[in-house]
Amino acid sequence: MNFASQLLQYTLSGITIGSIYAMVAIGFNIIYNSTGIINFAQGDFLMLGGMLVVYFHKTLHFPLLIAGFIAVLIVGGIGIGFERLAIHPLKNPSVITLIIITIAASILFKGGAMFIWGKDSFYLASFSGDEPIRLMGATILPQTLWILAFLFLIVIALMCFFRFTIIGKAMKACAYNRKAASIVGINVNNMVLISFALSALIGGLAGVIVTPITLVDYDRGSLLGLKGFGAAIFGGLGNIGGAVAAGIIIGLLESYSAGLLSSGYKDAVALIILLMVLFFRPGGIFAKKEVQILKSF
Amino acid sequence: MKKLLKSSFSKSIFTFAIAVLLMTIIRNPYHVGILIFLGMNLIITMGLSLLMGYAGQISLGQAAFFGLGAYTTGILTTKLGLPIITAFPLSILLTVSIAFLVGIPTLRLRGHYLAMATLGLGEIVHIVFNELLSLTGGPSGFGNIPLIKIFGIELDNDYKYFVFVWAIVAFILFLSLNIINSRMGRALKSIHREENTASTLGVNTSRLKLTIFVISAGFASMAGFLYAHYVTFLSPGTFSLRFSILLVTMVAVGGMENIWGAITGTVVLTLLPEYLRFFKDFDILIYGIILMSIMILRPEGLYGIKIPLKRLRNNS
Repeated sequence: MNFASQLLQYTLSGITIGSIYAMVAIGFNIIYNSTGIINFAQGDFLMLGGMLVVYFHKTLHFPLLIAGFIAVLIVGGIGIGFERLAIHPLKNPSVITLIIITIAASILFKGGAMFIWGKDSFYLASFSGDEPIRLMGATILPQTLWILAFLFLIVIALMCFFRFTIIGKAMKACAYNRKAASIVGINVNNMVLISFALSALIGGLAGVIVTPITLVDYDRGSLLGLKGFGAAIFGGLGNIGGAVAAGIIIGLLESYSAGLLSSGYKDAVALIILLMVLFFRPGGIFAKKEVQILKSF
Repeated sequence: MKKLLKSSFSKSIFTFAIAVLLMTIIRNPYHVGILIFLGMNLIITMGLSLLMGYAGQISLGQAAFFGLGAYTTGILTTKLGLPIITAFPLSILLTVSIAFLVGIPTLRLRGHYLAMATLGLGEIVHIVFNELLSLTGGPSGFGNIPLIKIFGIELDNDYKYFVFVWAIVAFILFLSLNIINSRMGRALKSIHREENTASTLGVNTSRLKLTIFVISAGFASMAGFLYAHYVTFLSPGTFSLRFSILLVTMVAVGGMENIWGAITGTVVLTLLPEYLRFFKDFDILIYGIILMSIMILRPEGLYGIKIPLKRLRNNS
């Protein structure tokens, strides 16, 4: 394998892992936009999606498509339940309180998953075989193409949702200014509910499609959540397009530093760059100069 | 008597006295050990309470500062053979300088940028502990950290170390209470309420926030120092993001409004897992449920719950 194809290999695996981060980051941003909170349970939505699809497909022997569909719907339902039971009842909560509640939810989801499925890792077969596709000396797994396709689909669907539907536009209005949005007659509470449902759906879907590559166990969500959060900050909190680009950039950086420097420090490289971004461009790498100071959570 | 209890000095002495009294009642080495860890957690969360409740900032990197304190003193005393008395100031100094460097750019900004920066810092520190094999021993850690000796007495059992740790807890409490009641404490409260008003009144908001952040890192490092010379063995697992989040949770569960809230939360969340051990694998689940219920039913924190004694008495 020559250097060029090696580099191509790193690029491909970087894009794969980066797309996963991007999906988590999108979930963070949707909830952040409508509530201003960071949902620490976002990674656990992925874990739940993965666990459920494995359960329906391998234990109950549903066909993969149906199992995946049910898993995603259930995770969406969990998101709705979480918002109605834990976030909605609070009157005038502070942001810190809400963040701690999402931490509690994350512990709860992990505890629940461990209670139901134990501590083992579960494997799900790739959607279309494990035969790697050769590409100029590098190889690419078919599952990677699935991940990329779904990321693309999610982004397109969200773009249409925010641009062409009334609910999407109302959610965008909430992101800009919640008070003003409620004055013009938008039911902010419903928008919060929808944002949780949407984030959970995307998280669940991501969980279903990445499980063949990452495997799944009850604690799988933590690290993915952290990296996704990094991507969300990197791209500018609330900026969904930025999150996708940032997720892929972080994935690439990790992959290059793992291949060219050392695998142990690969996470550190991405994080150091993240710190630099925070120090010098706190609104994210894609923010305009004047937005830098305004954005806060 | 009431007046006497009001001064920060007597409150600290009182806390110390209660702790020592507890130790003499318990007399079970395992439980005394837990109370030693409780003391260390308290040292960290008191600093965090100053930061969260008074400066309105969250740090998700306290475990890293705790770890930096522990690893620095550990490495200096074992690998370089320095005496503990020189390793101590160096470990605090290193931690505090790192906190200062992270705090400068982030605390100039409004919002919770500190939370994100400390999150990143925490992970970097954790990775360095894991990867710097020659110094830290990597994931398996390193041991043989010497015990502390003061006035010729080696702190070689849990009871002696308990007294030492809780004396420091009392000292940190005394310091924190004085910070709160000083000009700086009042200025901090004003930042938390109305940052704009505070700055128009001449409060240098970013410098104050930075100071309190550095102090909280110093406290965490102090706890790390105590941890290293108690356990005498260090490995990276202890100093993960999970612990940082737990510390923030302790402060929030107890109540961010004042330092006694942080103390309440720390006591509850440090001792709770010990009681939940009984549930074996369910413990995470039940812990999550309890945490969630506290935050939903009492978002302002546990501290200051009024138990309706009168009603109870009237009913009976």
